[in-house]
Amino acid sequence: MIDFLIAPLEYGFMVRALIGSILVGVMCPLVGAYVVTRNLAFIGDALAHAVLPGMVLGFMVGINPAIAAIPTGVAVAVLVRTVSRRAGLSSDTSIGILFAAMFALGLVMLASATTIRVNMEDLLLGKVLAISPTDIYVSLGITVIVILGLFILHHWLLFASFDPVGSQVVGSRSGLVDYVFLVMLALVIVIGIQAAGIVLVMAMLVTPAAAAYLLVRRFVSMMVLAAALGTASAVTGLYISYHFNVPAAPAMTLVASGIFALVASFRRRALA
Amino acid sequence: MNSAQYSHQASVSLQDVTVELDGHTALNNVTFDVDAGTLMGVVGPNGAGKSTLFNAIAGLLPVRQGKVTLHRVDQSGGALAYVPQRESVNWRFPVTVTDVVMMGRRCRLKWFRRPGKRDRELVKECICRVGLWDHRSALMTELSGGQRQRVFVARALAQEASVLLLDEAFSGVDAGAQEGLVEVLRTLRDEGRIVLLATHDLTNLAGRFDEVLCLNCQVCACGPPDQVFTPQVMEKLYGAHGVRLATDGGGS
Repeated sequence: MIDFLIAPLEYGFMVRALIGSILVGVMCPLVGAYVVTRNLAFIGDALAHAVLPGMVLGFMVGINPAIAAIPTGVAVAVLVRTVSRRAGLSSDTSIGILFAAMFALGLVMLASATTIRVNMEDLLLGKVLAISPTDIYVSLGITVIVILGLFILHHWLLFASFDPVGSQVVGSRSGLVDYVFLVMLALVIVIGIQAAGIVLVMAMLVTPAAAAYLLVRRFVSMMVLAAALGTASAVTGLYISYHFNVPAAPAMTLVASGIFALVASFRRRALA
Repeated sequence: MNSAQYSHQASVSLQDVTVELDGHTALNNVTFDVDAGTLMGVVGPNGAGKSTLFNAIAGLLPVRQGKVTLHRVDQSGGALAYVPQRESVNWRFPVTVTDVVMMGRRCRLKWFRRPGKRDRELVKECICRVGLWDHRSALMTELSGGQRQRVFVARALAQEASVLLLDEAFSGVDAGAQEGLVEVLRTLRDEGRIVLLATHDLTNLAGRFDEVLCLNCQVCACGPPDQVFTPQVMEKLYGAHGVRLATDGGGS
């Protein structure tokens, strides 16, 4: 058993993959707890797709795609809210428009850039085993920023998540809190894409948090448990990937989904 | 809470307020005043503009014409508390009674400050005042409609609000719990706070409110309940059915 756990860590790429998986396993579910309870799964999925142009641009100009994806994710997060407010459209509609447009832009850029060689499958399904030291530093930096943001804004986020109108009445800051949250979500998705890819990052964002939602009563406990389940899923998925020679992101997703299925079959939360 | 600690002498004044929603006039030249220590019911049919009125007072909607003035209120924010309609609350979000009442302290704290001992003591007092201390750890979804409304009132108390706006507070609340809620609101009124409660329920308005504002996009009447519920006013509010309500003793 010890060998099962230690042997892979003789390789540098596996150590980086493990650190990357732990960061994704912690950060995605922490923010995912809000995504699940505020019904924001669609925007999470949309942001993951919408950062594609930024990543492709990164490849084109030769900078780390994760770094290049950050401004794109932040811009789309802010645009979603602004478009729904200004155009009087529902969030879902604005998200649908922006998400499709940005993803299409990314695909056109990818097809036009003949000088770069990017495997589309790596972008869609992630490539945790290819995480570079720079990726790790970027992820660590984002992790610190997001954890600080969640800590400082905790009470405002609770208020705005539970009673958006009431929180708006007591302070104009609630609008700002929503913007900041969307920016944090975009940042976490950028970390998540490195390990899980554009398509499967949703699993890390939503599935562990949904399982935790079924198990505990209070929101803070839900965040902590979600991070624990997310880390367990990511690390277990990584080891399965190494030992059984299967892609890492689908393995992580299947572990997280298995945990959810187990929890859901034993426990059903009373809905409001 | 030590009621003498805070002075509630606010008054609310609306002067010719007109609000437009999606191109149509939702409120038209609404003018009325409410003094400190008033429990006012706001009644009217669906689409009469009750929620729009509250949103305009709370500053959530722009006023196209006229002026909403809150006199003698604490300008640091938090002087006005809003108890939303149940549909606009995210009940799926797992928060306890204590969590919700603590939200009331948020606007009294600096951006980066966490709630301290005084905030926790105040929250405890507010939960006790609405009679829910035994339910302090209950999730909001585990409470009845009346208990949920009382939690929001406790949050307004923790916020040290001078003006409370309760939108459709009787919706989904049984008659007994409605009376319990009104009893709590009366004690707030007695401390000098202004309480405005929008309701569809015309039962026992005279026994519940000091004043009633009859609204149907414009003010049809405003004053003590026994004076405003004339057949003419009821007709303006509810059409021909309103006249029957008035003659059957509606609102008394």
